[in-house]
Amino acid sequence: MIGIVNYLVVSALVFVIGIWGIFLNRKNVIIILMSIELILLSVSINFVAFSAFLGDLFGQVFVMFVLTVAAAESAIGLAILMVYFRNRGSIAVEDINTMKG
Amino acid sequence: MIETLAFYLFSAILVASAVMVVTSRNPVHSVLFLILAFFNAAALFILLGAEFVAMILVIVYVGAVAVLFLFVVMMLDINFQDLRKGINTYLPFGVFVGVVLFIELAFLVLQTWIMPQASKLPLVSATPSLDTASNTRALGQLIYTHYLYVFQVAGLILLVAMIGAIVLTLRHRTGVERQSIRLQVGRKRADVLSVQHVTTGAGAPVQ
Repeated sequence: MIGIVNYLVVSALVFVIGIWGIFLNRKNVIIILMSIELILLSVSINFVAFSAFLGDLFGQVFVMFVLTVAAAESAIGLAILMVYFRNRGSIAVEDINTMKG
Repeated sequence: MIETLAFYLFSAILVASAVMVVTSRNPVHSVLFLILAFFNAAALFILLGAEFVAMILVIVYVGAVAVLFLFVVMMLDINFQDLRKGINTYLPFGVFVGVVLFIELAFLVLQTWIMPQASKLPLVSATPSLDTASNTRALGQLIYTHYLYVFQVAGLILLVAMIGAIVLTLRHRTGVERQSIRLQVGRKRADVLSVQHVTTGAGAPVQ
């Protein structure tokens, strides 16, 4: 029988793969954004699993807000990426030092 | 039995495609594997009985976000081979951090004291039984009553993101000839045409 632990383990695996992807593709911003999407997906799986097994619908409501924020974040991120590429002709992360921060 | 089988199938494909997203050489393949991962996560949501969230996941992520990624990846002319240089130097460190994180998460998850403690807490909004309301209906009744303001704020976030993306990527090109309907329609006869009286043998007066 599938319990909540199975879903939590799958979610933890996807979360860790997302973190790993950020470390692995440190130069490529597009893959880093995709890794962030994976991390948010694993959080959503957690929310839905707890919502289903505790019988509390609020988890699913919250997943919708997570989806909203994820969509907004990727749209803004890709827009910044396009503007940056237009100005500099590259998206390598270590070249992003225009502001000398 | 079939539910167990379906869970293991969907979650195995989900984890495998998530690995392919971060390790794939071609970013277009990464986006396609991301779409596969989202589909399998939606299938897991359906197994959990959250149909509406599963459909929203497919529509929003696969229909909008993944296509946006695909659009950007294919539109920008990037040499992705250069970006992959030095990937092996970060590989052991990334694996180390991932393993440590997973062990910690598994330690938390496998503790049996979490669930009994959580189930003692009062429910925020209990799921109604399926004979009174389906999943979509119950979610709608919740969102449009108790969480109406939060829902509006979510819409506001999307609006701000849309305006921000448009403002960021808007570009006024100089030196491009554009048709201006306003100037064309507002043109008067006197602006462009003048009638000269030409006397015979003298020619037109010089302007």
